[in-house]
Amino acid sequence: MDTPLLKYVLGLADDNMVLSQRLTEWCSNGPTLEEDIALTNVALDILGRARMFYQYASVLDEQKRSEDDFAMCRSEREYTNLLIHELPIGDFAFTMARQWFLDEFSQLYFSALSHSKDETLAGIAAKCIKESGYHLVRSRNWICVLAEGTEESRRRLLAAIDELWGYRHELFETTQAESLLSGVAVNRADLKDTWMTNINDLSARLNIELPDKDWFVTGGRRGEHSEHLGPMLAEMQYLARCFPGAKW
Amino acid sequence: MTTSPEYIARRVFRQQHKFSELFDMLDEVYDPEIPGVSLWDLGVLQDVSVDVAGRCKVTICPTYSGCPALNIMQEDIKACLDKYGHSDVDIEVSLSPAWTTDWISPRGRQLMIESGIAACEHIVVCPLCQSRGVRLLSQFGSTACKSLYKCENCFETFDYFKPL
Repeated sequence: MDTPLLKYVLGLADDNMVLSQRLTEWCSNGPTLEEDIALTNVALDILGRARMFYQYASVLDEQKRSEDDFAMCRSEREYTNLLIHELPIGDFAFTMARQWFLDEFSQLYFSALSHSKDETLAGIAAKCIKESGYHLVRSRNWICVLAEGTEESRRRLLAAIDELWGYRHELFETTQAESLLSGVAVNRADLKDTWMTNINDLSARLNIELPDKDWFVTGGRRGEHSEHLGPMLAEMQYLARCFPGAKW
Repeated sequence: MTTSPEYIARRVFRQQHKFSELFDMLDEVYDPEIPGVSLWDLGVLQDVSVDVAGRCKVTICPTYSGCPALNIMQEDIKACLDKYGHSDVDIEVSLSPAWTTDWISPRGRQLMIESGIAACEHIVVCPLCQSRGVRLLSQFGSTACKSLYKCENCFETFDYFKPL
């Protein structure tokens, strides 16, 4: 039986693993060479985050699973990432809109987590927040470029925000494991207002009307995923499953 | 070239260290991507010790969390110490306090500039013609720790090691 702390750490690891895998799908497919390189570098930072959390999970795990076991040998129902991370990359506007939502969130989340009573989590957070600052500068820039670019880029950006809108709630939903970890886990609900203010501010500056119809999907932390996660994991885990224990 | 207070503190720590000779040996271990910049210069090498059984412990601090060079650095540290007769080496990766570009030595900064990389000063200056008329091309360059700039004076593109 996984302890609340292990569940918590694995959730954070899975969020980053899945997002990183999605971003690497842009490798060699970016709109320009510079963007291609930038996106894959962001993916690498986020993979680094996933690894730090998996390594900590490995220390906490009674079954002594390794970081590779966690990433490569768990099925979609065992993955507990929040749904927004697993959505397909879509077009470039969709990728950058999601990145904007998540980079704004990461800044707030890691800032709060750096005050955790758990020293390892506080250390990981202090490391992540510095890198995340560069990610946020970049995604905000792209939102400006897309909003003020052409009619087509603006249309695509608005469509992306519309499609992502209902996935944001899950970022602020407290899980049972988190509610048992007072002082260790971040209280997600506390971040919601600041996050919304930051999103509103940039949107207002760019005359972006945020969707007025709201909807809500949830389930990622319970292993209830969209139809998109299974195929992504199948591709990601193919080599590790075919050749168990393979080494470079 | 500025010398940060953080680097001065590191230099004092090293000079007064009980195992300072291990630091000297490890000066031969370079960053795999920046020629001549040692792990010490980069601020990655944090601490060294040898216990009574002769087992070495080396503490390193990764630059960026996903940096793929970290594994190579660990192998290079082991190979270097092995050459000096320390075959039993344990490497600890420390995340806290988080690595900062303030730990980079003045020598490290100088070598970066000589390799065509603008060092992490807060003003970006072209490493080739020293012009300040530069333009950001991409927030991320050839590696996560660098961004890509173009000089408007000599038209060369170059990497800028970002302050962190």
